[in-house]
Amino acid sequence: MSITAHPTALIAEDEPLLAQALQAELARAWPALQVVGMAGNGEAAVAQALALQPDVLFFDIRMPALSGLEAAATLADAWPQAGPQGKPFPALVFVTAYDQYAVQAFEAQAVDYLLKPVQPERLQKTVAKVQLALANRSPGAMHFEATLAQLRHLLAAPATAAAAPSVPLRLLQASVGTAIRMVPVDEVLYFEAADKYVRVLTAEHEYLLRTPLSALLPQLDPQAFWQVHRGTVVRAAAVESVTRDEAGRLWLQLRSHPQRLAVSRLYAHLFKAM
Amino acid sequence: MRVQIPSSLLLRAVQAAALNTLIALGITVFGQESFATNLVYSQCIGLSILALIDGSSRWFIRDWPTQWRRLVLIVPLGASAGFLLGTLLADVLLGNTSSQYWLTQPRKAIGFLVLSLVAGTVLTYYFLSREQLAAERQKLEIARRQAAEAHLKLLETQLEPHMLFNTLANLRALITTDPPRATAMLDRMIAYLRATLSASRQGTHPLRAEFERLQDYLELMAVRMGPRLHYTLELPPELAEQPVPALLLQPLVENSLTHGLEPQVDGGRITVQARREGAQLVLEVSDTGIGLAAGNGTPGGTGFGLAQVRERLATEYGAQAALEFIADPAGGTRARITVPYQA
Repeated sequence: MSITAHPTALIAEDEPLLAQALQAELARAWPALQVVGMAGNGEAAVAQALALQPDVLFFDIRMPALSGLEAAATLADAWPQAGPQGKPFPALVFVTAYDQYAVQAFEAQAVDYLLKPVQPERLQKTVAKVQLALANRSPGAMHFEATLAQLRHLLAAPATAAAAPSVPLRLLQASVGTAIRMVPVDEVLYFEAADKYVRVLTAEHEYLLRTPLSALLPQLDPQAFWQVHRGTVVRAAAVESVTRDEAGRLWLQLRSHPQRLAVSRLYAHLFKAM
Repeated sequence: MRVQIPSSLLLRAVQAAALNTLIALGITVFGQESFATNLVYSQCIGLSILALIDGSSRWFIRDWPTQWRRLVLIVPLGASAGFLLGTLLADVLLGNTSSQYWLTQPRKAIGFLVLSLVAGTVLTYYFLSREQLAAERQKLEIARRQAAEAHLKLLETQLEPHMLFNTLANLRALITTDPPRATAMLDRMIAYLRATLSASRQGTHPLRAEFERLQDYLELMAVRMGPRLHYTLELPPELAEQPVPALLLQPLVENSLTHGLEPQVDGGRITVQARREGAQLVLEVSDTGIGLAAGNGTPGGTGFGLAQVRERLATEYGAQAALEFIADPAGGTRARITVPYQA
C-alpha cells in the first residue's frame, strides 16, 4: 500500500518541550515518517487525527480535556467506517512518564507504549514494531477489532486495579432541592454522564448525582449494567432492541423509556445475535 | 502501670506445672513423703490455683488498666481456695485424707498454704510483667512502623513519580536544544530535591526560604507546562523572616496545579501570597483552575498532601492555626492558612 511509503504521524503531548523532543527523536529513528500534526490536549488530538488521518498516533496518557486513552477511544468511535476506500485505523503508541496500571496493561498488549524520558534504543524498537504493523495491516475490520479490544482492556485497567466493592450498590442518594431522594438501583434504566455529574433515569423520573460516572461504575453489578458508551451505562434488561443505522452505528431502544441510546464502537461487541 | 489481658493459657499452665514439679522436688528433699505423692499434691494445688486466679481475673477484671488492683484480693483468695481444692482433688486421686494434718501438724499445713500463696503471687507477677513487656514491645513496633510509613508517604507525595520523570524528560530535551536553560532547570531541581529530602527533618524555616522553594517548584512546572502556567509570588519584605514549617505550602501549590490547572486546556495562574492581618500571618494559594466543585479531588482533606498540611499545622500551632478552602465564584480555588504572627 502506498501509505506505508510516506507514513504520517500525529503527536499528542501537553508539554511543548516533550512534543518537540519526540519529534526530533523520531526524525532520527524513522526519517521517512512525517509528523503532520501536534496536539496539546486530548480533544485537539481527536480533531486533528480525524482531519489528518495519519498512519501512526503518539498519544501522551495524561493530557488536559481528554486523557490519551479516552482520546483514542473517542477517535475509534468517530473514525470513518472502514470501507474499500476508508483509511485503516492508525497504529497507536502511548507515551507516559509513569503509570503503573497502564504499563501493566500495555505489557500484555500489541499496542505499544513509550516511557518518558524516551530512550533512542527503545524508540527504535517501537518504530520497528509500528513499521511491521503498518506493513502487515489490511484495510479490513480485523485490525480495527483488535485495536478496539485493546483499548477496552486499557480503559478498564485502572478500574479493575482499584478494588471493586464485593457488594454492588443497591441505593442511590440523589439530592433534589434540599432533600435527598433514595433511589433503588433496581429502578434505574440508565446512567448518563453530564459534565461532572451523572444523570440517573428511571421509568418516570430523572435524578442528578454529584459522583462522576467513573466512580459509580465499579460499584454497579457488571452483569446487570453494561457500559455502552464513554458516558452511558445501561441496564441490560431494560434494552428492548438494538438496531443498526445506515452509518453502521448501533442504537438501543429501551422498554420503558423513549430515549434511544447510541452504542460506541468500543462496546458494540456486547450486542451479537445468539 | 498498664497491664494487658494475659493470653496463651496453655503456655502459662506448662510454666506453672514446671514450678509445681520444682516445689514437689523441694518438699521431697526435706519431707518424708515420696516424690510421686508430693508431685500429685503439688500439681493439683498449683494448677487449681492457676485456674482460679486466671478464671477470676478474667471474670472480675474486664478493663486491665483501671481494674488491675483487684488482683490484691483475687491472688490471695484464689491461692487459698486453690490450695483447698487441689488438696481435696489429690486426696480423691490418692485415696488419702490429708485434712488430718490441720489437727496433727498445723505448722506443716500452714507452711504449705503459705507456700501456695507465695508461689501463686510470684507466678502471677511473672506472667503479668511478661505480658506487659510483650505489649509494650508491640506498641513500640507499631509506632515505629507508622512513623516509617508516614515518612515514606511524605516522600512519595513530594517525589511524585509522574512529576519526577516528566521533569527528567524535559531536562533530557533541553540538554541538546538549550544547554544554558537545561543547567538552570537542573539547578532548580537540585534545590527542590534537597529541600524535599530534608523537609521532614528540618522543622521550620523562614518564609523567605519557603518562597524560594516554591519558586524552584513552580519554575520546574513552568518549563514543563510552557505558556499554560503563569505564577506570582508575593512576599512582603517585612514578613521574610517569619518562621513556617518547611515546605508547608508545597502540597497546596501542587494541588492547585494537578487538580486546578492541569485539567484545563488553557492552564491558568497560581498566586501565592503572604500578608499580616493583626496578630495573624495569612498564607494564601489561589488558582484560576477548574475549581472546587468540578475538581475530582475534594479538598476537604482526603488527599494525603492536605491531611499532612493539617497535621503539621496542628503539631506546630495547635488550635491557633487554620486551613480553609474558598471556592472562587469566578472559578478557581483559594486555600488559606492562618498561623500566629511571630512578633
